[in-house]
Amino acid sequence: MISLVIAERCTGCQVCVRVCPTNVFDAVRGGPPVIARQQDCQTCFLCELYCQPDALYVDPDCETPAAVSAEEIERSGQRGRYRRDSGWDEWAGDPRYANEHWRMDQIFARARALS
Amino acid sequence: MPNIRVSTTPPTAELPTVELPPIAADVLVIGGGLSGTWAALAAAQAGARVVLADKGYCGASGVAATSGPGHWWVPPDADARAEAIRQRTAIAGGIADPAWMERILDITWTTLPTIADVYDFSTDETGRVQYRGLRGPEYLRAMRRKIHKLGVRILDQSPALELLAESGGTIVGARGLRRQRGEAWTVRAGAVILATGGCAFKSRLLGSHTNTGDGHLMAAEAGVDFSGMEFSTYHTVAPAHSTMTRSMSFAFATYYDGEGREIAVPPGDATRTLARAMLEGPVLCSLHRMPADIRERLRRVQPNMMLPFDRGGSDPFTHRFPVLLRPEGTIRGSGGIRLADDDCGTAADGLFVVGDAATREPVAGAVSGGGAILAAWALSSGVIAGRAAAARAACHGRRTDTPARPLGQAGLRPARHAASVDPRAVTAAVQAEMLPYDKTIFRRGPALARSLSRLDGVWSDLRDHLDGEGAATAGETVQARESAALTAVARWCTRAALVRPESRGMHLRVDAPASHPALARRLTVGGLDRLWSRFDGDAPQPLDSPVPTQAGAA
Ligand SMILES: Cc1cc2nc3c(=O)[nH]c(=O)nc-3n(C[C@H](O)[C@H](O)[C@H](O)COP(=O)(O)OP(=O)(O)OC[C@H]3O[C@@H](n4cnc5c(N)ncnc54)[C@H](O)[C@@H]3O)c2cc1C
Ligand code: SF4
Ligand code: SF4
Repeated sequence: MISLVIAERCTGCQVCVRVCPTNVFDAVRGGPPVIARQQDCQTCFLCELYCQPDALYVDPDCETPAAVSAEEIERSGQRGRYRRDSGWDEWAGDPRYANEHWRMDQIFARARALS
Repeated sequence: MPNIRVSTTPPTAELPTVELPPIAADVLVIGGGLSGTWAALAAAQAGARVVLADKGYCGASGVAATSGPGHWWVPPDADARAEAIRQRTAIAGGIADPAWMERILDITWTTLPTIADVYDFSTDETGRVQYRGLRGPEYLRAMRRKIHKLGVRILDQSPALELLAESGGTIVGARGLRRQRGEAWTVRAGAVILATGGCAFKSRLLGSHTNTGDGHLMAAEAGVDFSGMEFSTYHTVAPAHSTMTRSMSFAFATYYDGEGREIAVPPGDATRTLARAMLEGPVLCSLHRMPADIRERLRRVQPNMMLPFDRGGSDPFTHRFPVLLRPEGTIRGSGGIRLADDDCGTAADGLFVVGDAATREPVAGAVSGGGAILAAWALSSGVIAGRAAAARAACHGRRTDTPARPLGQAGLRPARHAASVDPRAVTAAVQAEMLPYDKTIFRRGPALARSLSRLDGVWSDLRDHLDGEGAATAGETVQARESAALTAVARWCTRAALVRPESRGMHLRVDAPASHPALARRLTVGGLDRLWSRFDGDAPQPLDSPVPTQAGAA
């Protein structure tokens, strides 16, 4: 569930307000949006992909809201990781984050061969 | 100006919803997920002026945006195609249609590469372009770009609430809310395409939260029926407390019961085996059998798969973790809105249906089309309906000036007096019947009958008293309508499961485990207040008539 808008990193662009499929955020003119309907969050992580300054953190627990601080997220190395692993924006073209989704079939075939 | 205002009560001070002037379009697409964007694209390419409305954001909403749709992808070689169709027909429970399969194989093959200007298809080591599987967030972002380039007008955060019909029943548009602006939109169009997805009853299946069956309810209000709603029991394993229903890694899974004993999972029966174990106690999983090279590239293949582990601080390759099964309802089931023709038209004039909102029986039969067929169907049904809707609009016009009435009932306008009905309590009551494994994976006649009678009670209460139109905020109006749609879909699924007194495909009746050859037919259900059902070729059976208990009864 969405757990944090990291105010110091947020540019106030309101992109997350626009893209969230379940309308979790309320826009704030010129400032960080507020998480207005946390319980509506569908834990899809997509707001993180669209937040270029990496100012959002979605906790993987979709049932219980997690209390995490900006410092903890920073230490965990997870801030912005999903966007980076997906090769979005400034990570596009970096071979370390190339899109290898097409290997799915091969991987399924390997699993079948193992069982 | 035609009078298409819906509200019969004047807006109160707390309800400052402003009615926007009607937008005129040739084609209105409701739902901006995989099938809706393909439909909008095809209609726009055919020259239509298209408006697309999504409840959330076209590009991030829907179950494809969070996953990685692999399409049914067979080269145009007659033998290869015939063999692919033969294999799928063999497992389809006798109710699929090879001609439809052939059609979607062809459309998918020729159409998918046409988005190469907006989607960066990968190439493999040999330099071959890989088209079959796309990453969800990138795919839907690309589809948005593509339709935007073609001039499709996209209304985001704009859930449709109801259809508009002329007195003869022809569908001529829809009405909904711009939920972030306190505005009500109306689109008048020559054709309307429902692309609202399947319905998983808010089970927390990845990306499924906005798919609450709204299109199903709208279709029923337009007099349209459903087919295959009993095929609504697909489930996907996920780490406990997570939404991460990405099945690839679980192909390497080893499962254990609460005592640490390995659970033997027979091939092809993982769901039932795991569900049985989960009804007994916790089930744990380990991915230690995944080879090292695959672990190393996992995040490049599926960047979201590891999030529950990376962020939950556990290592799935060395430590066992609890798992559950997320119910998918009709999403990777195969039931949905009945098709009336080869153009994805419905029984309502002017109304088309695509993707998971439609029945997928023609292409998948009684089993799930997940992994290949569903994405190919979403794409192809979108292309077919988009073209047909554009052609219809070209010959019937936009119909902006004919008198039209809104069709929305339950959840919007109470049939009797408004009274307090809590949509959250309605949703919880529906979930209590539709999510427990013992009620859906292992179905039994008497339990289904009890579920149906509880759901009927929930329905009559909300139909009589739930006043979505009078709610204080747009969000509450939407929630009220969603709760009505969830209840309606639950009743059609349960009714269908009850009247199919045998097991077939994903539909398992513990009290009738065999398949009966005489029932290798599709089952239609319909109705809002009074449900009815009919096997293809039979006379309709109203609710009151006795439900057959013997497979041979039909
Ligand atoms: C985890 C997962 C993995 C999958 N992987 C594969 C795969 O590999 N291969 C495959 O073939 N299939 C796969 N599928 C199935 C495939 O994703 C779906 O069949 C496909 O997305 C269906 O497209 P759709 O447009 O009908 O529904 P969706 O993509 O779900 O879109 C429905 C849209 O309708 C919108 N909507 C709902 N109600 C309203 C309303 N009232 N007003 C406006 N908009 C509304 C929603 O916001 C949403 O955007 C997968 C499904 C899941 C859940
Ligand atoms: S997308 Fe990121 S930067 Fe933009 S408003 Fe949201 S949190 Fe702030
Ligand atoms: S995780 Fe998904 S649902 Fe939750 S806030 Fe982000 S975009 Fe919205």
